Amino acid sequence: MKVTVIGAGVVGSLIARELSRYDLELSIIEQNLDVGWATTKANSAILHAGYDDPPNSVRSKFCSKGNSMYTRLSEELDFEIKRTGSYVAAFNNEELRTLKKLLKQGRINNVPDLEIHERETLIQREPELNPDIQYGLWAPTAGITEPWEVAIAAVENAVANGARIILGEKVVGFEKRRSKITEITTQKGVYKTDLVVNAGGIFADDIAQLAGAEYVPLHPRRGEYIVLDRKPGFAVKTVIFPSPTAVSKGILVVPTVNGEILLGPTAVDLSSDMKNSTRTTKEGLNRVMRSAKFLVPSLDFSRVIKTFSGLRPESPQKDFFIGASKRVPNFINVMAMRSPGLTAAPAVAEHVVEEIIQQKLKFKLSKKRDFNPKRSRIKRFGELPPEQWREAVRKDPAAGKLVCHCNKVTEAEIVEAIRRGARTLDGVKFRTRAMFGRCQGGFCSISIMKILKRELGIDMSRLRMKSQNSWIVSGKVRE
Amino acid sequence: MKTDVLVIGAGAAGMAAAISAARNNVRVVLVDRDERTGGVLNQCIHSGFGLHYLKEELTGPEYAERFSSLLKEYEIDVVTECCVHTIKPNGEAILISPSGVHEIVSKAIICATGAREKPFGSLMIPGDRPSGIFTAGVAQRYLNIENRLIGKRALILGSGDIGMIMARRLTLEGVEVACVVERLPYPSGLLRNVIQCLEDFNIPLYLSSTVVEVRGKERLEEVVVAKVDSEHKPILGTERTFKVDTLILSVGLIPETKLLENVVKRDPSSEGILCSSVAESSAEPIFAAGNCTVIYDFADYVTIEGEKAGKYAALYAKGERFDRGIPITRGENIGILFPQRWAKDDDLILYIRSARPMRKAKLIVNSFENTFEDITPGEMMRVKVPYRHLANCQELIVSLREE
Repeated sequence: MKVTVIGAGVVGSLIARELSRYDLELSIIEQNLDVGWATTKANSAILHAGYDDPPNSVRSKFCSKGNSMYTRLSEELDFEIKRTGSYVAAFNNEELRTLKKLLKQGRINNVPDLEIHERETLIQREPELNPDIQYGLWAPTAGITEPWEVAIAAVENAVANGARIILGEKVVGFEKRRSKITEITTQKGVYKTDLVVNAGGIFADDIAQLAGAEYVPLHPRRGEYIVLDRKPGFAVKTVIFPSPTAVSKGILVVPTVNGEILLGPTAVDLSSDMKNSTRTTKEGLNRVMRSAKFLVPSLDFSRVIKTFSGLRPESPQKDFFIGASKRVPNFINVMAMRSPGLTAAPAVAEHVVEEIIQQKLKFKLSKKRDFNPKRSRIKRFGELPPEQWREAVRKDPAAGKLVCHCNKVTEAEIVEAIRRGARTLDGVKFRTRAMFGRCQGGFCSISIMKILKRELGIDMSRLRMKSQNSWIVSGKVRE
Repeated sequence: MKTDVLVIGAGAAGMAAAISAARNNVRVVLVDRDERTGGVLNQCIHSGFGLHYLKEELTGPEYAERFSSLLKEYEIDVVTECCVHTIKPNGEAILISPSGVHEIVSKAIICATGAREKPFGSLMIPGDRPSGIFTAGVAQRYLNIENRLIGKRALILGSGDIGMIMARRLTLEGVEVACVVERLPYPSGLLRNVIQCLEDFNIPLYLSSTVVEVRGKERLEEVVVAKVDSEHKPILGTERTFKVDTLILSVGLIPETKLLENVVKRDPSSEGILCSSVAESSAEPIFAAGNCTVIYDFADYVTIEGEKAGKYAALYAKGERFDRGIPITRGENIGILFPQRWAKDDDLILYIRSARPMRKAKLIVNSFENTFEDITPGEMMRVKVPYRHLANCQELIVSLREE
């Protein structure tokens, strides 16, 4: 049986990895040149505890379950998570009422160990918090991760278990026979299929329409972010939320797994024809600064290293839209994966494969005997103690050649990233954290270009930053 | 491994420091993370180096060659492709290189790690995130070392020296430079570069202007420039759009001090390693010189300060200890000041950037006074204050009083 997953964001990637447990011909089609490059690479990177979602919503069904699945998943797929816990801050009695509502909601949603803390505890645990804070809703199961690394890890593991990844191809049409899809057409090729899972992110409604299936209309909700460099003596240890409004969870202060501070997002609804509009705005960035500074007044904006924006797929229902199509019997929608999509993804993946494909659609899948659930990350030599690093350099001198000095990334790691599929500067960046630090590639981007050129055996003018036309250098100065 | 003096970084400061230490008869190890010595000098193929120090005009690579040949002459142990992993307070360092991970014990360390460029991300410029945005140093390296063109039509943000030099270089290679845009009401680099790199090539310089948006989904397509008010805030309605595929940033250098972030004190205004007049940092046995202490205008000054650090580190390695001295502080109209302590050793050489341009001002340090004309933050002042003016005080306050 041929199964095709459209979209290699965190949702599609985890569904593919779940499917790779079974004996089938599995393909993943992604329009970008690498996995996890749309919503997955530009969000708050949080594993939400699950108190936010209205009981009885689809979101509430998957959030706290997905959260708890991340522990095992991160061990199997060897990506980083940190259970930092989170606080929702309350500065007055009205906001305290909101906390109490969230606490109640969280208990209904089976979120463990929620507590309301008072000012003294809050300030003791997070000394940088605005001293006017009164209460905080403590959720110890909340955490942080690197969402793109989750997608990369899941796809690597799926591929190791026999899946095929097709990058840089956009789905442009479906061939059907007796209302069932038989072929998927991209701008480059035609692929036969018996079952389609639509995890097309912000474009999932367009894909469903192309297939003639049910959909909810999606529009992008833009979130702008600011990243601050590490600063000696300054630390925020937990994820800090303001009290939520009717519109969103507000602008947060998030420690990243890499030690930086992430601030954001804004929440601006864009029209459905702006699905590529990942631009930042002056108003948005100012808003992030203002709101974040209110929560943590000592934030130092002279340490900004990057600003960016991401688009979340939002629907009028503000809820996930997951299920088998009635009109197209071999088509499954996994769309409107707005927040907490990242957190819910592992539970959603399991639901799609076990309950929808096998129980509902009655596809008979048989488990592979030799499925390997393990994947190892690229070894980070810079994090090793000197004795172990010495041993590694003895085996491979490239492990002693530092390329990115901000994040201590060696040539050996960059070569390994290319071996695992990085073809662009951003591909190397998201796999290794090179160019992610305070100089943003000022020292290392040229060295990385030269390694890409050497390993791929192509001219520098053919190397790209992220997409087909994002060229970096053109011809030679002198022949 | 054991040595007397370990020098970190083999650019202008580090090479001069290593040679000077060797001249003082101590053993020296010089390490650099690049594949060769010379640092950023290697990519500065324009001339103008050596005018002060060698009294002749050389290109960057020629200037570097003078010192690298001396490194050989003095039989200095040069280790390239080598990074310093950690420095312990006792002077022990761990080095990482393709040949292995080594510990080195030295009696004195000279930090000569240079500077890094302020990246695009730190400027918080709204818009898209396309390819085609380079810092001036990266652009310079692509052209001069990698032999690569980086676009067809460029706009340069910031009138720092490398930015202006790149404007000329790109023009000479057939790349059209639309303009140079500077946020301040005066150029931030040297006047000689404004004339030789911009005016001589009819490249417009727009002062009190900045980039307010970049556009382009994949490669850069448009840059929006607006005028700014006296608080550097863009003025609505003054926007102009330039169709360019390349944006080059020359918006400032930051002393590279990460290695010693938790070890030495830094100057809050320059972000450089705080030093005394004998190049000693706040933590023994660490000395420092060059752009990791303060951003200089000329490689020549970096060389002179590197030599000084080499000499005093060598003396330190031989057992001599120096007076912690008295603080030198910024008074009226002083933007950047180096060094920050006077070790009561000798005449004091001060490096100063004024806080703002001034037609005429009197420099005052204790009983020393001297009048200067046409002062601008873009041109660093180098002033020698004779010993006799410095006696009998607890603190030296440096001021520029406008006349």
